[in-house]
Amino acid sequence: MIWRKDVECLPVDKLRALQLERLKALVARVVERVPFYTKVFADAGITAQGITSLDDLPKLPFTRKTDLRDNYPFGLFAVPLSEVKELHASSGTTGNPTVVAYTKNDIALWSDVMARTLACAGAVPGDVVQNAYGYGLFTGGLGIHYGALELGATVVPMSSGGTKRQIKLMHDFGATVLTCTPSYALFMAEEAADMGVDTRRSPLRVGVHGAEPWTEGMRREIEETWNIKAMDIYGLSEIIGPGVAEECQAQDGLHVFSDVFLPEVIDPDTGEPRPDGKDGELVITTLTKEALPLIRYRTGDIVSITHEPCKVCGRTSPRMSKVRGRTDDMLIIRGVNVFPSQIESVLLEVEGAKPHYQLIVDRQGSLDQLEVQVEIDEGVFSDEIKVLEDLERRIHRELESVLGLSVSVRLVEPRTIERSVGKAKRVIDKRQL
Amino acid sequence: MRVKQLSVFLENKSGRLAEVLSLLAKAGVNLRALSLADTRDFGVLRVIVDDVAKAHAVLKEHGVTASETDVLAVEVPDQPGGLAGILELLGRQNVSVEYMYAFVAKSGDKAIMVFRFDNLDQAAGALQRGGVRILTGKELYSL
Repeated sequence: MIWRKDVECLPVDKLRALQLERLKALVARVVERVPFYTKVFADAGITAQGITSLDDLPKLPFTRKTDLRDNYPFGLFAVPLSEVKELHASSGTTGNPTVVAYTKNDIALWSDVMARTLACAGAVPGDVVQNAYGYGLFTGGLGIHYGALELGATVVPMSSGGTKRQIKLMHDFGATVLTCTPSYALFMAEEAADMGVDTRRSPLRVGVHGAEPWTEGMRREIEETWNIKAMDIYGLSEIIGPGVAEECQAQDGLHVFSDVFLPEVIDPDTGEPRPDGKDGELVITTLTKEALPLIRYRTGDIVSITHEPCKVCGRTSPRMSKVRGRTDDMLIIRGVNVFPSQIESVLLEVEGAKPHYQLIVDRQGSLDQLEVQVEIDEGVFSDEIKVLEDLERRIHRELESVLGLSVSVRLVEPRTIERSVGKAKRVIDKRQL
Repeated sequence: MRVKQLSVFLENKSGRLAEVLSLLAKAGVNLRALSLADTRDFGVLRVIVDDVAKAHAVLKEHGVTASETDVLAVEVPDQPGGLAGILELLGRQNVSVEYMYAFVAKSGDKAIMVFRFDNLDQAAGALQRGGVRILTGKELYSL
């Protein structure tokens, strides 16, 4: 079903007119209310009145993740804190976390785009939604939650983990929709098999999977083992959380809810627009958000976009491809965003010297594993095993608390870690994605 | 009185110990005593060699992490209760042993044990007061 036919199926000319009208209002609002934007727009010599067409969009300045960090915690908000009803934050050690905020209307918008998302994936009012995305500061859990309520579904706020319990309640409550990372869907299927639960005979009909990269092969495996349709979902906290784009039954690209989140694809090096069908960095402008409106936010995700109308569902919105990579060195491990710089700063703190390290990412069974290999040089070496084991434990504990993710730590000999032309190759990703 | 032990960091992978020992062999370094402590992923090789400085330099040159550690080489009566007697003596003085291992050669009719203590000076005093002989580096390397 299409949750908001009025906007999701708008004729393209009307959609563009709506986007332009919203863009002009947005620029006027941020220039007036957010000192950061007052300055960058003045520097660029652009005013809201100067925007007469969507073709002017590429002239507007970009916003980057560093801008959010530099203005930590509330510097980019366009409303007083009294109007902010919810705050979320990403993990972060190098500098500050990324803080995102929602007004009452923003929560309503989030509920709306997430209801659209679930409906687009094939959920209907009355469905029982088992939500196995993490609740808390991570936006995944609550975003799905709000959307399921808006849709008129019954939501089971499982959060992540506790797999045996997930499977029991899923069976006993008769879940029809499962929302979780794709790797967790596969892991659950393995656990279910061990418990003697026949996953193919459950009432489950739809899986909504995202927050990490996955392949068509994984999709087939999930669909096969659970006997469901497995749908890709896209979003990021800075824009709203989950609810930016979703696949329809065609499973041929994710419909971007472009009446509120205006997408562009650019060359990450030059900043120039990329044509339809060509890979580039996804850039999004939040057209109606109140608390944290962002102009041309650089997502760091590599995608392509097509504006060709979808032949299957009738939505007129542009469709984006699956995320094909990143412009930076961010890793996604079991749905958690990890930057090598976070790990480096933990090691620096524990060891007290610039560490040599390497990150080995692999998928064992269906779950991602991150191994941090730390070189032991004379500065930290001890002839006593207990001192080395203590070092290993401290690194392990600090990494877990900073990343919010369980990792394994291995102490290795120097030079074990490959150096490539003066610069160490920090990440080895063995996952087949 | 103190003896220098060379401590070497090793990854737990097959052939690694042989590689490191062959580096020492090629440099003409002779091993006098050896112990290996290991965990799942890594180990620490502890050796007494005839030329510590040379051995250390060779390993460093090949990027092997090593350090020099002060230990005591102690004569132990080669008879039942010989070692137990020395440990009891140390225990009475509240000296704790971090680790120890046996020397290959003998000193006359006595065995030799290498000890690593948390407090080496206190340990040396306790041993000497108890009439236990501690070998010098010179004595040890020439055995």
